[in-house]
Amino acid sequence: MSDIAIRARRGLPSMSVLGPIIALVVLVFVGAMLNSNFLGTANITNVLARSAFIGIIAVGMTFVITAGGLDLSVGSMAAFIAGLMILVMNAALPTLGVGIPIVLLGMAVAVVAGIVAGMINGLLVTALGIEAFIVTLGTMGIYRSLVTWLADGGTLSLDFGLRTFYRPVYFEGILGISWPIIVFALVVIVGEMLMSRTRFGRHCAATGSNEHVAHYSNVDVNRTRLLTYVMLGLLVGVATIMYVPRLGSASASTGLLWELEAIAAVIIGGTVLKGGFGRVWGTVIGVLILSLIDNILNLTDLVSPYLNGAIQGVIIILAVILQREAKAKGG
Amino acid sequence: MKTRMVLAATTAIALAAPVMAQESETKVIGVSIPAATHGWAGGMNFHAQQSVERLEEAYPELDFVLSTASDPGTQVNDIEDMVATRNIDALVVLPFESDPLTPPVQSVADSGVWVTVVDRGLSVEGVEDLYVAGDNEGFGRVAGEYMVEQMPDGGNIVVLRGIPTTIDNMRVEGFEQAIEGSGIEIVGMEHGNWNRDDSFSVMQDFLQRHDQIDAVWASDDDMAVGVLAAIEASGRDDVQFVLGGAGMKEMVQRVMEGDEMIPADVTYPPAMIATAIEMTALGLVSDAPVSGVFTIGSVLITPENAEQYYYPDSPF
Repeated sequence: MSDIAIRARRGLPSMSVLGPIIALVVLVFVGAMLNSNFLGTANITNVLARSAFIGIIAVGMTFVITAGGLDLSVGSMAAFIAGLMILVMNAALPTLGVGIPIVLLGMAVAVVAGIVAGMINGLLVTALGIEAFIVTLGTMGIYRSLVTWLADGGTLSLDFGLRTFYRPVYFEGILGISWPIIVFALVVIVGEMLMSRTRFGRHCAATGSNEHVAHYSNVDVNRTRLLTYVMLGLLVGVATIMYVPRLGSASASTGLLWELEAIAAVIIGGTVLKGGFGRVWGTVIGVLILSLIDNILNLTDLVSPYLNGAIQGVIIILAVILQREAKAKGG
Repeated sequence: MKTRMVLAATTAIALAAPVMAQESETKVIGVSIPAATHGWAGGMNFHAQQSVERLEEAYPELDFVLSTASDPGTQVNDIEDMVATRNIDALVVLPFESDPLTPPVQSVADSGVWVTVVDRGLSVEGVEDLYVAGDNEGFGRVAGEYMVEQMPDGGNIVVLRGIPTTIDNMRVEGFEQAIEGSGIEIVGMEHGNWNRDDSFSVMQDFLQRHDQIDAVWASDDDMAVGVLAAIEASGRDDVQFVLGGAGMKEMVQRVMEGDEMIPADVTYPPAMIATAIEMTALGLVSDAPVSGVFTIGSVLITPENAEQYYYPDSPF
């Protein structure tokens, strides 16, 4: 296990722990100063609900990266699963009619497709021993083309009646908290427990830290890796279930660059890109930081919209610098 | 390099066989367009395929090579392959980007091949024999004029722009000129990147930021879809209408049905590729002169004329 992991265990508040939290607090403060609606329920709900897709995926990505892997295919995978789900639901409409069964069918399709897609990535990486970067770069292209092909170059749209029925899954919830936020929260809680309290979490860190040492310590390295990819695939499916009811459509531009946003959120949150140490709650902060920047820039005219990407870039680099400083000081 | 040459050679042999089998009069038209990665491009691919099929049937002496590229580099390769292996007589090209495509298309033109450029112009003037394009400045102007007409007393509007490009700049300039002095105020302007999801988020934030928004210029139908979803979810009733653009079939249908939120649309037809292919073919098979510039006007789609712009089979 790496020295960073050990220090984090001891609970010393280093810069790598405090950095992202401070950044988040500063952003919330700046947002509240700039616009009085920023802390309103509606705005908070909007931001959290739209962060949920990337957030759910990023939790899975935290495990993949911790175990020393990487997945570039998640954005395309989400688009493909969304397209598949819409096609299946539209096709089943004449037999099943609008109702709960057809929504459950759609959800099942998304979950199964996600698990299968994750399994394919995982097997190519573990059984065939191909570099994760290459495997997922390949599947990224495959899924993107497949969704373009399924949509015949246009947009796949859910039947209008069906969309109206399915819509509450994104826009409504319990006690004023919308479903995507609830699901995101559950995924985070389960993820955090898995990462910090279970043997699986420890195996992920060991695998990512040093494959050979892990192997000799009786960790099934390949099985651990495969499981992280399957879990990520499953979570991409879950994110898609939340995504489809929002606009009821999927096209070749769905989920564009989600993989990079998810990876950025994971790294901002303090997970080590080389593997060996992961932090699920940090990933949540990373996701919130990224979507708050967008939200704040849309709520003001302070900065030219051309520079949105630059500001996000600066924050990503700053977060990593802070963590490295901490590592150097801690020795 | 070596493999690529071998590949090119095998392709050449494979492709040359049927060409040689036909009569020597056969003329080949190469069509190179961006891949169907978003709604408008999908529509364009559809119309390109349709007109190629139609023309191949109508003119047995014409042969077509259609290729789609997902980046400028691939498009250059496509065009090089068409010249090297298919011996094309004419090239119809919708450049992915103007600058990188200019030198390769220029060398094709220099070799005596007829060149038709569509939509995005090249960076050097006078390369092409025929230029078929939409009217971007007019696209913005028609939308602006419609806004002024709908809101004679002025009002607050927000604008969603496309991906930062010269096309987007021209459209916004046309729009701003048209609403100048009308009392319509643009209270917010952000890039929705011609994307549904981005526009949904941007519109949600606009609704938080402004208490009164009278209308939205979404400047594109894909973006209008996201904007409508955000308005619907917010439960606000101050937004009177959303004006999109490009003529997506779902939007044209809503105009046709008299939807109050989508009272009109502005065309920027993906079918302009069909115009270009048809005119190029006409130039090869007949004596009709087709060189010059052909600008396709941006037209306001209203419930009265919507049927004319509705293509139910197109993916866009």
